[in-house]
Amino acid sequence: MSVQSPISSVNDFVVRFANVNGSGSASANELFARSILRHGVPVSPRNIFPSNIQGLPTWYEVRVTEDGHLGARGGVDMMVAMNPQTWDKDVASIEPGGYLFYDSTKPMPTSKFREDITVIGVPLTAITNSTYTDPRQRQLFKNIIYLGALCALLDLDPKLVEQLIGEQYKGKEKLLSSNVHALHLGRDWALQNLKCPIGLRVKKSDKVGDRIFIEGNSAAALGAVYGGATVCAWYPITPSSSVAEAFTSHCKKYRHDPETGKAKYAIVQGEDELASIGIVIGASWNGARAFTATSGPGISLMTEFIGLSYFAEIPAVIMNIQRAGPSTGMPTRTQQCDVIACAYASHGDTKHVLLFPEDPAEAFEFAAAAFDLAERLQTTIFLMLDLDIGMNHRLCRPLKWDDAKQYDRGKVMTAEMLEEGRDFGRYLDVDGDGIPYRTYPGTHPTKGSYFTRGTSRDRYARYSEEGAVYADNMQRLVRKFETAQDMVPRPLQANAAKPTKYGVLYFGSTSPAMDEAIGILEARGHQLDRMRIRAFPFHSSVASFIADHDFVYVVEQNRDAQLRQLIVNENGIDPVRLVPILHYDGTPITARFIANSIGDHQDHLKVTPLRKAVT
Amino acid sequence: MTYIAKPKFHHPGLKKNELGYTHRDYEGKISTLCAGCGHDSITASIIEACYELSIEPHRVAKISGIGCSSKTPDYFLGNSHGFNSVHGRMPSVLTGANLANRDLIYLGVSGDGDSASIGFGQFAHSIRRAVNMTYIVENNGVYGLTKGQFSATADRGSKSKKGVTNTDNAIDLVAIALQLGATFVARSFSGDKTQLVPLIAAAIRHKGASFIDVISPCIAFNNHAGSTKSFDYVREHNDAVNRLDVLVGRDPISVDYAPGTVQVVEQHDGTRLALRKLDADYDPHDRLGAQTFLQKHAAKGQIVTGLLYVDPDAEDLHTHLDTVETPLNTLDEQALCPGSAVLDKINASLR
Ligand SMILES: Cc1ncc(C[n+]2csc(CCOP(=O)(O)OP(=O)(O)O)c2C)c(N)n1
Ligand code: SF4
Repeated sequence: MSVQSPISSVNDFVVRFANVNGSGSASANELFARSILRHGVPVSPRNIFPSNIQGLPTWYEVRVTEDGHLGARGGVDMMVAMNPQTWDKDVASIEPGGYLFYDSTKPMPTSKFREDITVIGVPLTAITNSTYTDPRQRQLFKNIIYLGALCALLDLDPKLVEQLIGEQYKGKEKLLSSNVHALHLGRDWALQNLKCPIGLRVKKSDKVGDRIFIEGNSAAALGAVYGGATVCAWYPITPSSSVAEAFTSHCKKYRHDPETGKAKYAIVQGEDELASIGIVIGASWNGARAFTATSGPGISLMTEFIGLSYFAEIPAVIMNIQRAGPSTGMPTRTQQCDVIACAYASHGDTKHVLLFPEDPAEAFEFAAAAFDLAERLQTTIFLMLDLDIGMNHRLCRPLKWDDAKQYDRGKVMTAEMLEEGRDFGRYLDVDGDGIPYRTYPGTHPTKGSYFTRGTSRDRYARYSEEGAVYADNMQRLVRKFETAQDMVPRPLQANAAKPTKYGVLYFGSTSPAMDEAIGILEARGHQLDRMRIRAFPFHSSVASFIADHDFVYVVEQNRDAQLRQLIVNENGIDPVRLVPILHYDGTPITARFIANSIGDHQDHLKVTPLRKAVT
Repeated sequence: MTYIAKPKFHHPGLKKNELGYTHRDYEGKISTLCAGCGHDSITASIIEACYELSIEPHRVAKISGIGCSSKTPDYFLGNSHGFNSVHGRMPSVLTGANLANRDLIYLGVSGDGDSASIGFGQFAHSIRRAVNMTYIVENNGVYGLTKGQFSATADRGSKSKKGVTNTDNAIDLVAIALQLGATFVARSFSGDKTQLVPLIAAAIRHKGASFIDVISPCIAFNNHAGSTKSFDYVREHNDAVNRLDVLVGRDPISVDYAPGTVQVVEQHDGTRLALRKLDADYDPHDRLGAQTFLQKHAAKGQIVTGLLYVDPDAEDLHTHLDTVETPLNTLDEQALCPGSAVLDKINASLR
């Protein structure tokens, strides 16, 4: 084996913690990530957890990135190996020249290490056992002790870590001091017994700015609060449960009547997804803003109701936190694999609006906007997150709200309007935009009532199965979908430094990896214009972008190039013009992957005539 | 064509209720169900009950699933909003609607196929959640709209029109509603207007989950005597359903009998139902007693009718969720949005 010099890097490395689920490591690991942020250095953490509860392996990865690359990087510079079960795999995954941190209480045979890495042993169990007698304390404080040792090894300022612990245990003095004590136990041992710091270091910087650190699911839930949602019905499913849980806690804080203390919201844990979407539809039909949060399997169950929402024109907001499918697939892994399932959910001819936020800040904005859109368009709006944004903390711009903003309740005919003698036909296209007026139940004693149904009806909501009447209605729904094109968030385009014949399309959580990949590709001499799609129906600029380039890469995290299919299908684009770049192993897409895939293709173009390359 | 039975005094300008509404104000479209269908009699009882209660018709939201029974909301309270949702999912839609506006009256209409099979879960959960509603199952033991398959309330040993014997046990929705904590539980017979009208009226007044199972004979699939071909033919040409009654029409079955007695009712197909009306001294405040009573008489082959259980101090879902008195659908951005100053604080806490 060649002699490998240890990796040396300041503010740019990846640490991965390998733990046993249920050992209480999550909060210590998160504390580690937050501590680095307090040094003014951006981090991008990721939970990597298989679908099990207790005792099985779990990982937490922290990418320290002074340059602010928030996508996954790939590779591990330092492994904190706390799980004997996954030891071999963990050790094998360390980059050459990297570091292995382990509990050296029990001696390990040398065959268990690698020669090309630096091994750092700390007798964590021994230190813990000599200090604590209570078994739970031993387990929890062991995590804080390794955090202390890492402080010394990576040159973290212990004051900043203490400050964070102080915030976490505000008002709980005993817990605060015992945690700080454990932190120092680890740090002092490392300083006395090891060569500190190592090649990986954290140095104070000012690259975080006013950005916030938040999970996408929590931000989306907050968006629902700001967007005026009052009814939430949901059924537990990873990775979406934390949306409803966060909505509950936000509502508890911000949504009580100051005088009576009563709730200005209703949250129901449904018996299943069928009931959850049913409750949403019932509430929206009755004029409340309502939503549900779910994931792929839940969407499958909801589709009949989604068809009803489309055809009977009832607003609904569904937050779909995508995970790897099909079926139970990989429940705790990320993908962007429900694009087609949501765009065309349900039987018959249906089409639905999809919103694709790139990060928590956009998840907040789009979630709030989804309620305006749902009421404006009287249809289902899907907020398409995925596990990578939903369940990981991301650094993003602060959330913003304009206090002058008023909710757009859409076309609702009031008792006064009916009294004035306005013609009310529930499915009458008065403005030519395909969007009819609706009335809320109970509006007027004699005017404006109608019967909502999934069966065909005429413009005045009278049951009719006459072909022409049905077709008229279906045409209007197409018009309405065309109207939606200009109401949803537009795609964002960024051009390469030099004019180029090539473009790239991407969406959602791929964003940070794409940003980084563009830099890598430029360095390799490849210029690419890029467009981030933020919604379906696609804005006309998507077709123009494709027309303006010889061909366009479409980067997505699923096997079947679902976004590409949708673009081809909806815009009548020649599929040959769209080159799929697909990542679907359940891990978040990395800049390395994108840059390599596109870069290799581009390099190939240099030596191959274009036509051959793209067919 | 089937017309809703209209009371004798039903002339415009004649009898009015406290609000000045006549019966006509509580009627809906003309029914397209088979003449003699028990469901139409239930419709008539709903109209009567709402009239007697002097309810403002437009303050009622009438919600159903899919089935002949679920079509009936179109045939009463024409000035209120109706919602024919999807098969078996009326309860969730009603729950949502109720959460949005606690001030309306919620009438849920369903069939035994709708509620005891595909919608069994939703039936159970809306009741255990204590949604303030009147949940009526128009129970004919068969799937009417899909032409006569057994429903889950069909008795074991009973025969379908095609001669198939039902080998599955029956679900008794009343027994289940009692077990799930419904605070108003009743069973009645579509043809017993004297009993049904006050039951519906009381259920509407009740604050909490009211459940009424109404035995409602299906003329088409309890009718084994001929006309099948013609009926099927018409059935398959759905927009011609109005002609049905010409082919298979019968008078709706009606009964009137004294409390405490048993009345044997012959259905269109000749099968007999033994209805036992509850005694005047029956105590409807004893849930356990009601369950025992029900089971005891079921063992004798009798169907107990009347108000089996009521909790006069019932609470509803809004009480449990402790929601504001103002309907949630009327709250505006002022009431709902915490504003930018709060958001700034939230941002600060996330650094
Ligand atoms: C998801 C779904 N499955 C099946 C059907 C077909 N279907 C329509 S009505 C019905 C049963 C109706 O029976 P019931 O509720 O007892 O009402 P009835 O017609 O007897 O009054 C069925 C199975 C449907 N509409 N939707
Ligand atoms: S098929 Fe049966 S349930 Fe349906 S309308 Fe006819 S009689 Fe009534």
